[in-house]
Formats: sequence, C-alpha cells, structure tokens
Amino acid sequence: MSIPETNNQAYTYHPGELLPGLEGHISRGRFERVLRNGDFTVTAELAPPDSTDRNEVFEQATLFDGFVDAINATDGSGANCHMSSVVVCALLSYIGYSPIMQISCRDRNRIAIQGDLLGAGALSVCNVLALTGDDVSAGDHPEAKRVFDLDSISLITLIKQIRDEGSFLSGRTITNPPQMFVGTSINPFVPPVESRILQLEKKINAGADFIQTQYCFDMPMFKDFMSKAVDKGLTEKAFFLPGVGTLASARTARWIKNNVPGVHIPDSIFKRLEGAQDQKKEGQKICTELMQQVKEIEGVSGVHVMAYKQEECVAQMVQDSGVLGDRKPWSPKDEY
Amino acid sequence: MYRARLFASRHARAYEVIYNATSPVILSTLNIINKLTKGKLDKPITWSEKIVKGFLFDCQMCGNCVLSSTGMACPMNCPKTLRNGPCGGVRANGNCEVKPEMKCVWVEAWSGSEKMKNNLAIQEIQFAVDHSHRGSSAWIRLAKEDKQIT
Repeated sequence: MSIPETNNQAYTYHPGELLPGLEGHISRGRFERVLRNGDFTVTAELAPPDSTDRNEVFEQATLFDGFVDAINATDGSGANCHMSSVVVCALLSYIGYSPIMQISCRDRNRIAIQGDLLGAGALSVCNVLALTGDDVSAGDHPEAKRVFDLDSISLITLIKQIRDEGSFLSGRTITNPPQMFVGTSINPFVPPVESRILQLEKKINAGADFIQTQYCFDMPMFKDFMSKAVDKGLTEKAFFLPGVGTLASARTARWIKNNVPGVHIPDSIFKRLEGAQDQKKEGQKICTELMQQVKEIEGVSGVHVMAYKQEECVAQMVQDSGVLGDRKPWSPKDEY
Repeated sequence: MYRARLFASRHARAYEVIYNATSPVILSTLNIINKLTKGKLDKPITWSEKIVKGFLFDCQMCGNCVLSSTGMACPMNCPKTLRNGPCGGVRANGNCEVKPEMKCVWVEAWSGSEKMKNNLAIQEIQFAVDHSHRGSSAWIRLAKEDKQIT
C-alpha cells in the first residue's frame, strides 16, 4: 500500500496495531482501557462523509484530538447513505484512533454482518455498537427494502458468540475471532418508559459491555433511570455513557423533535434557547452543562457527545465542562 | 386483524389461561394426527393455524411463534420485526415510528406481559427468526418436537 499523507497533518499511514492484551480485558483497544481504568471517558460521534476522500474522515477526527477517547462512526445514520462505518473505522484505527463501529440491523443480514465483523477485526477495530437502526422511511431512500434480519439483542448475541465461542452462527470455526468490546444503546426517554429498564437489563444479559444512550436532555428523567439501573446492579455489569448533544437553535430543536425518531426535548430546553440572544452559543452551553451534570450521576462512566454539524465545537465544550480533569486523551499528535 | 390483536394483549392473562389449558390437548392431538396420516394433513393444519392466529393476533406465519413470551402481541407486526423489545423511535403517544397510526407492538407486548402470570417470559432473549420456517406451521413443528406450544 502506498503511504499517503493527509492534507493538514503529516501522520504516517500505517496499520494501527492492537495494544498488548491485559488480564480481564475483552479487547485490545484503548477505549476499554480508559473505561476500566476508571477515568471519565469521552466519546464523540463522527459523521461519515459523502465522499471517497479519506482526508475528510481524518479532518473530522482531528477536531477531537486530545479531548475524545473513542470515536463513533455512524452506520447510515437516519437511514441516509454515507461512507460505510466499517471503512471509516478501518481508516481511523490505521492512524491509531479508537473507533467504535456502529452496526445497524436495517441494511445487512446475519451473513453480511458476520463478514464485516471479521473484516473490521482484521483492521484492528476493537469496539462495536449494536443498534436496531432508524427505519428506511426516515432517510433519503425510503423505497429501499428494510432488512432487520437481526435486532439489537440478537446482534449482541451474535457478536458475543463469534468472540467467545470462536465460531459463526452456523457453528463453523473462526480461526482468529475478533475480540470486540460490545456496546449498545438505550432510549430511556420514550414509551414504554416503565419497561425501558427491563429492556436495558435484557441487553446487558445478552452481553453488552457498554451503553451509549440516545440524546439526554431531560436530566430528572435520566437520573431516575440511572438510579433504577444502579439498584438492579446493572452499572456493575456495563459502562454507561449517556449521550449529550448540541441544539443550534430553538427552531432546529423543534425540527428534531418532530422529525428525528426518538428524541425527547423538554420544554425547559426550548425556553432557554428561545430566551437566549445567541441561540447557538446557548445550545453549546446547555451541552456543556449536561456533561457536567451526567458526570455527577452514580453509575455513569463517561459521556457520548453527538454534535452533528457542530463537530468543531466538541473539543471546546469538553474543555469548558472540565469533565476530563487533568487527563488528556490520546491523540495521534502524541505518537508521531 | 388490528382490533383483535389489541384485544389479545389487553386480555393477555385470559389468553394465557386458555393457552395453558388447551395447548397440551392441541399438541397431543396434532402429534397423533401426524403419526396416523404421516404428514398428509399438514397443509390444512397450517391453513387453519393461519386463519385462527391471523384473526386473533395478526399472525404473519413466521413459523417461530413466541406469543406467550411477548405479552400475546405478535412481534412480527413490528415493521422492524423486533423480537426483544421496542426500538428507540417509539412516538411520545406510544405509537410506532414507522406507522404513526399503529400502537407500538412492544408497548402492547409489555403491558400484556404485565397482566400475565408468567410475566418473566418477556425477559428471555429470543434469537433472530429462523427464516427457513417462514410460512410453515409452528404448531406442527412443536408437536413433532413434542415441546410446549407457545
């Protein structure tokens, strides 16, 4: 393979190597290490580009340097076409980043997903997030056939089987199974609210090692959910990274509320945005405060920042929140 | 039928009682019929299962019936055919993300399950559907395997 250079950085492009295995660790990736070390962990969402230019991936990842421990690569988020999450993760792990590969059940069946897991493992991808996925009707190809051969819990079961039993679902042996740290999501804010804790329990019983939640704007509701999780002992079994996000304006917030499935935004947030002179700044301030608030909640191990189209603000918000303390997450700049 | 389906999960406890009482009888009868006719009646049995369960539960004949573990709400009516719980897109009024006029199957399932005696069955992990059973009779398969009918 030729050795290209990115536009803005002189990172050497070489296969990211797995870290040495540690006892009690599932994967050989940095994300799990930071979590198990007990450090407050920050993950952020990267929007895969509508392009074949890998520099667009690197440029976005660079924005998070020094403030983010792991980067989620979305898998056709909102049922819209973008560069595939497998490839985004492969590119990132080649540089040395710790990507979290999102897998949605919407587009691929169990044969394709197992193949992708092996391929990702071969490219040092250590983390995977099992998702149901938005329906095709939500995206730019509503005429597409929805797959949903698996659901998120079946997907967790599948990944765990590949990893722990070293075989495909068929039972056929995998000589070198991918050692993936498996996560999933939960949305505690939409009906059936009372049963969401049971669903979380089911997901953790299936084998989820970490949980990243849907946008968390309603703090009292989330605190209530987390206290139930603590009571059930679920925070002992999995790491919790609640999702926080930025809202560019009250208008955007209203649009999201009406058009993006499963996002619950309480009225208090609308009031704050509407009352602000600079709504975009206020949205970022809200996000920063949410980070600080979730850090104080028992059982929370980190935070997941989803700043769609405001990725350049993530580092500043993380810094302003002070959630990392003195710690500076790994970045390629430390290495090269 | 949508209304009959909602009725089933709202009266999940009664359905559970009827199920528990009748399933061993149905099962052993089917087992005997199967042995006597050597599978010659499979088609009409499958056909009647389709009609009965189609009317009562909007059964989609996935051939992997889990009704008693899902609060008597057939999960195959979920547009995403989720078998272990709702997705994150359920609307604030409890309706489906994809079909706004339809109650989320899993909202129905959880409330149905709460009414049932075996309300822990919904917590069992259901692996993905075996699509090779699609269109076949779950009753006959279970009768042959001599398992509890679901």
